[in-house]
Amino acid sequence: MSVPIPAVKLSEQDEKKASKGPASKMSRIDRRAAAGKKALTSPWATVTAIVIAVLWTTPTLGLLITSFRPEQDIRSSGWWTTITRPWFNFDNYESALFGSSTQLSTFFVNSIVITLPAVVIPITLALLASYAFAWIEFRGKNILFIAVFALQVVPIQVTLIPLLSQYVDWGLNGTFWAVWLSHSIFALPLAIFLLHNFMKEIPRSLIEAARMDGAGHVKIFFQVLMPLLVPAIASFGIFQFLWVWNDLLVSLTFAGGGRDVAPLTVRVAEMAGSRGGDWHILSAGAFISMIVPMIVFLALQRYFVRGLLAGSVKG
Amino acid sequence: MDWLLHADTTTEKLLVMVVAILLFVAVMSIILFAVDRPKSPPRWIVTVGFLGPALLLILFGLVYPGLRTIYSSFFDRNGQNFVGFDNYAKAFGQDQFQQVLTNTALWVILVPLVSTFLGLLYAVLVDRTRFEKLAKVLIFLPMAISMVGAGIIWKFVYEFRPAQQNIPQVGLLNQILVWLGLDPQQFLLNQPLNTFFLIAVMIWIQTGFAMTILSAAIKAIPDDIVEAARLDGLSGVGMFRSITVPSIRPALVVVVTTIAMGTLKVFDIVRTMTGGNYGTSVVANEFYTQSFRQNEQGFGAALAVVLFVFVIPIVMYNVRQLRITEEIR
Repeated sequence: MSVPIPAVKLSEQDEKKASKGPASKMSRIDRRAAAGKKALTSPWATVTAIVIAVLWTTPTLGLLITSFRPEQDIRSSGWWTTITRPWFNFDNYESALFGSSTQLSTFFVNSIVITLPAVVIPITLALLASYAFAWIEFRGKNILFIAVFALQVVPIQVTLIPLLSQYVDWGLNGTFWAVWLSHSIFALPLAIFLLHNFMKEIPRSLIEAARMDGAGHVKIFFQVLMPLLVPAIASFGIFQFLWVWNDLLVSLTFAGGGRDVAPLTVRVAEMAGSRGGDWHILSAGAFISMIVPMIVFLALQRYFVRGLLAGSVKG
Repeated sequence: MDWLLHADTTTEKLLVMVVAILLFVAVMSIILFAVDRPKSPPRWIVTVGFLGPALLLILFGLVYPGLRTIYSSFFDRNGQNFVGFDNYAKAFGQDQFQQVLTNTALWVILVPLVSTFLGLLYAVLVDRTRFEKLAKVLIFLPMAISMVGAGIIWKFVYEFRPAQQNIPQVGLLNQILVWLGLDPQQFLLNQPLNTFFLIAVMIWIQTGFAMTILSAAIKAIPDDIVEAARLDGLSGVGMFRSITVPSIRPALVVVVTTIAMGTLKVFDIVRTMTGGNYGTSVVANEFYTQSFRQNEQGFGAALAVVLFVFVIPIVMYNVRQLRITEEIR
């Protein structure tokens, strides 16, 4: 799942930079830009950067263009020939979403239903737990925190078979409940660690002042800490969102392949195996499964980067 | 109340989702309300209220199943008979699984090194240029794409059509081969090179991560150090070698280890692109196949434990680092 330690230092620097305010930040960037003219003057540097950028974007672009081409064209020519005879429509998307053999619209709903609780639940639990680790004194705190921290890297594979048989015993296997519960559990160690780091950065004096006013832990948590933690929650929220939406292993194990519970990833992966040559359906299907995370990612990039810097990713 | 477990229409599904969230909120409210008595409550009650639910779930879903898996890795496929280390002997002994281990080693060595190198190169190249933001998004975007999506994107790049007249190539890579006057290749079928074509996909995904972390680390190098080095006549490669790399060493370690661990558990790419056939399987994929397709419970458990053992050194390193940072605080 992750290896965050030295990155903590980065996040603090990040914090400092942010707190300096826009004025000093501007001048810093200006100074950097002035100092950095040299980087632009090397043509080789520019060419290398452009080559990498083109290499990185072409595969996605190719499939995107393909997804809008008629089935016949996809079979008879490569996507790069569209420049000579452009012809686009949404037929592939329509048949991928609503065609009786694929019905991705159903799986799209499943993905949403799986993702929202699987983001809300672990964040809430982790917020409470990280508050306890940060601001309540109790015996064995350090050992417990280190244990939770170490659990981040446990490969979820070691938990799958026993969890599955437990769910089967409870009759929860193949339901949303099993998927929500599993995603929430797997998210907890990283969530607690990340949010604990953010929480530690809140000045002790704020908490002390609230305590002086007679506020209990619950009140401090909701009235003092929560408003300050919104950016941190957003950062981890995006992580968890991308992780759950894009997950294959957990859903494959606990949701089964049926259209009642399985999310888009499971269905699209299955199509890649069973309908490997049907690129009109596959290309559209792939982009249907990718559109939501891409929008979320592009819209909230800033928070995502912040989260990355604060604690790395799990995977 | 059957729909709570088996929702099949869209409305029912959304309803179950709302019910689940409300139920969760209600339970948490009750717990918090119970520990928030106005007369200062004993501290342990508050601690349990805040920490209990999370710890309970971790115990139930991570610790106990983990121990259970280690235990069952010493039993046969039904979990009936104790077989000692037979499952491990099988994993490390048989040719078929040795190849799985070799493949995994290739993944875990190549992906972190190549993506860190490319990410660092790119971060340095675009640093402080006019198009920095856009340039970064282009490399970064694959991180938002699921590995299933990435698998399909690249499967299309590798798509093969037999080399005959009238049959045009639709996969870009084979078309490039044809343009160069070469024969098209079955990139995903031809061993042993096919593993490398799968590894390329993971590198494509992880480079953006490496670039982001390293770029932030580069920007955090104090200006006066860079300035002093410049006055000493350093620039270009010299500056990179003696100032940039040493300054960002901690970030480099984080990037390499994080990517290595992510790669160790790679499953989706292999499953989507080859299904683990044609000699491309890796430990995480083999675990899935053995546990859930072949019903080899004991052997599957052993493979999961192998994954776990591989990450233990990294855990130890991390805990040591955590102790150090805590002490600094």
